[in-house]
Amino acid sequence: MFGKKSKKRLPEIGAGSMADIAFLLLIFFLVTTTVVIDKGIKVVLPPFCEDCPTPPVNDRNVFNIKVNGNDEVLIENEISQVGEIRKRMKTFILNPDNLSTLAVRSNSAVISLQNDRATSYDQYIQVYNEIKAAYNELWEEEAQKQFFRSYKDLKLSQKQQVRKKIPMAISEAEPFDLSMN
Amino acid sequence: MNKFRKNTRKGNPEVSTASLPDIIFILLFFFMVVTVLRQNDVKVNFKLPEASQLDKLDKEDKITIYIGKSKFSNSDKPVIQINDAFAEVSDIYPFLKMTSGGLPNKLNTVLKVDSEVTMGIISDVKTEIRKADQLRISYATMTKNL
Repeated sequence: MFGKKSKKRLPEIGAGSMADIAFLLLIFFLVTTTVVIDKGIKVVLPPFCEDCPTPPVNDRNVFNIKVNGNDEVLIENEISQVGEIRKRMKTFILNPDNLSTLAVRSNSAVISLQNDRATSYDQYIQVYNEIKAAYNELWEEEAQKQFFRSYKDLKLSQKQQVRKKIPMAISEAEPFDLSMN
Repeated sequence: MNKFRKNTRKGNPEVSTASLPDIIFILLFFFMVVTVLRQNDVKVNFKLPEASQLDKLDKEDKITIYIGKSKFSNSDKPVIQINDAFAEVSDIYPFLKMTSGGLPNKLNTVLKVDSEVTMGIISDVKTEIRKADQLRISYATMTKNL
């Protein structure tokens, strides 16, 4: 009885369905794979020191943005909106009419951002995003003016030249704490 | 002439499908190798804020700090998670010092913070990062659809 079985030739395994099985696995992996590309705003923080002497900055070169605990925005001590920041920053830095209240030169302007400990992260990012947007627009305009090309197509040395003309200077003060007082 | 006629009379040879499984398997292995499984088990809930001026973030020497509400408790207090574990603000400095091996600006710290968290805790975290001399950070955000 047993001998009979072993004498029989084993049936061949059909390899035709192998492709289908592999296809199913492939599709499974294709569907489950999520390509996550992290995006975000890059920031370089200032180095830490206990009580660094703050370098004296000419008051007219400082563009003050303050955000309070209720997410209200104050630009140069006027109540304002997040959407206003970009336009006002650009006129402040370029100072096209040479007003005595705006920045002396484009490379001496400093943006000062101060927020409350109760400011929401979302509002902070919106404000930071506007500041970055203003700089990006300024660099783009400068690149078009100097090299007749888009900023992102410039060579590294040309980019540095543009950024030397309009350096990104954002100063973040330690947040004030209104809730503690 | 004869030569040419001979060719046309013959039927086309069938394409062999025997190598098809191998090709598919190679594709499969490619995807299996390329697929990166999530390394961090995220234990906080967060909804990233939206922004439009974005850069691609570097993948080398990446440290992710999550700040948001804990998934395991009902309290609204934001908690901090570094890479894989919950942490306190005071844990950040030794952690960064240890991972960077004392070298300044070696790490890329990515902050994944819930948009409802207030800036107080974020400022504390930023101060710790500055103390550890890892000045390159980035705020992870979603892309804003204009």
